[in-house]
Amino acid sequence: MNLMETIIRIENLIFEYKREEELEVVRAIDNVSLEIPRGSFTAIIGRNGSGKSTLAKNLNALLLPTSGEIWIDGYNTRDPESLWQVRQRAGMVFQNPDNQLVSSIVEDDVAFGPENLAIPPDEIRKRVDESLKAVGMYEERKKAPHLLSGGQKQRIAIAGVVAMKPQCIILDEPTAMLDPRGREEVMAIMKKLHQEGITILLITHFMEEAAQAERVIIMDQGRICMDGTPEEIFARSREIRELSLDVPLPVELAEGLRENGIPVPRSIITTEEMVDYLCQLK
Amino acid sequence: MSIEVKNITHIYSEGMPYESVALQDVSFSVADGEFVGIIGHTGSGKSTLVQHLNGLLKPKSGSIFIGDTDITGEKVLMRDIRRKIGLVFQYPEYQLFEETVHKDVAFGPNNLGLSEEETDHRVREAIGLVGLDYEELAERSPFELSGGQKRRVAIAGVIAMKPEVLILDEPTAGLDPRAHKEILDMIRSIHETEKNITFLISHNMNDIAALSDKVLVMEKGQIAMMGTPREVFSRGPELKEMGLALPPAAEFMNRMREKGCPAEASILTKEEALEALLLRLRVNREQVAQ
Repeated sequence: MNLMETIIRIENLIFEYKREEELEVVRAIDNVSLEIPRGSFTAIIGRNGSGKSTLAKNLNALLLPTSGEIWIDGYNTRDPESLWQVRQRAGMVFQNPDNQLVSSIVEDDVAFGPENLAIPPDEIRKRVDESLKAVGMYEERKKAPHLLSGGQKQRIAIAGVVAMKPQCIILDEPTAMLDPRGREEVMAIMKKLHQEGITILLITHFMEEAAQAERVIIMDQGRICMDGTPEEIFARSREIRELSLDVPLPVELAEGLRENGIPVPRSIITTEEMVDYLCQLK
Repeated sequence: MSIEVKNITHIYSEGMPYESVALQDVSFSVADGEFVGIIGHTGSGKSTLVQHLNGLLKPKSGSIFIGDTDITGEKVLMRDIRRKIGLVFQYPEYQLFEETVHKDVAFGPNNLGLSEEETDHRVREAIGLVGLDYEELAERSPFELSGGQKRRVAIAGVIAMKPEVLILDEPTAGLDPRAHKEILDMIRSIHETEKNITFLISHNMNDIAALSDKVLVMEKGQIAMMGTPREVFSRGPELKEMGLALPPAAEFMNRMREKGCPAEASILTKEEALEALLLRLRVNREQVAQ
């Protein structure tokens, strides 16, 4: 697989909407250009209202650009003819699992997407089983979604997207409403899907989650203001705090130790790395 | 005023195939002005418990005294209970519905049958308490506000009822770090001003540790632990067994212990963690120097 190949290409994207009463035009995305390589894992962070979710909705043509272009695997999101190619390639998972599940039985819910693609029943059966296994919910396939935990429901929502065989999954704060166990479950599924070659775009407020991605993009006022590896981004902690965002705890601890003369390498940003470093210190 | 919960049990769908015990023999007491954090994973009984506290649910057995009144009693008027106990649900901003911020916050007090003057006074006070500018926002539509502001307006609507007990269910979920901190500061200042009993249900262990006098840990419909945040969060392995997290600093120290390096168990904040780490490194160096 060619890792440098681009799956999502955004060129000079501007997105504006009108505020209802005042007829005032708000520019939610202000000239963003971005390329996402196939098979990568990117986290997008930023304050509420920074344009992250608007960007995500532009990626699978839920919203269309005011100006600029977006290509998903070569298909332009503006082209009505390619709408289903775009949506099948770029699946979306939203914050609230309760708003995304449509059926009263888990496996029916996962089958909903493929059924709409007019795929033969045998193939649907196969895809549903595979998707449920991929998110670790195969055993629960006959259950009613409302009897499941938040993390389980979110995994079903992800399975519904996986069953469409997308090349890219965009997750908009998928863990915001989950308890810690649910958050871990969903994070583990994202990593697994990434390892299987699916491109992951994760929008999150949790910096510890962003630190586990390959690339971190920070948005502010509709623009990309930082873009780099987690190590590069979280080394700029002062700027991150100025954007009213948090820095992951291990990064803060590392800074505190450095200020006290302990030369913690700047490449250390996750809890695991920091714990390993401290434990080997004598 | 204090709260005394005695031996309450609640069973969902009793006598049906899906019968399940949601609360089993739960007892605890809360002193006047106390701030109580409630943690537990989804389905542990947290929500069922707080729904009993404001009379939305009645226990199968047991009693709940709010001050001198047993709210499980037959003759108790639900209206009186709900006036005393304000419950802020998850994502309360979805419940905003009026044309203006003022009208939305005034909805509750109006229903209490207060005079127009008193209602107006309470609305202004409540909007101030949640940290918003009345003059600037009162006549605006709540739907034009930012997510954090909407949530404050929704909370103001409950505060304006002047509840003696305030229950907040996940008040910071889905907010960005700045809005999160603002809501947290707001909760602290409301508690300091009103001095009412406050219950905070949250998955955010940092928030629980920072605000609570006492933490209740719910597990399978029972209280599994009860104590100060420091007492509760020093029992990391047990909490993890229940699928619960620790405040990030406590989690960090716990991970170090799991790797077999000595680290203090009663750490709650990053400042404490840093201090403990520096101390340990210094001690190590001195030992090496000797």
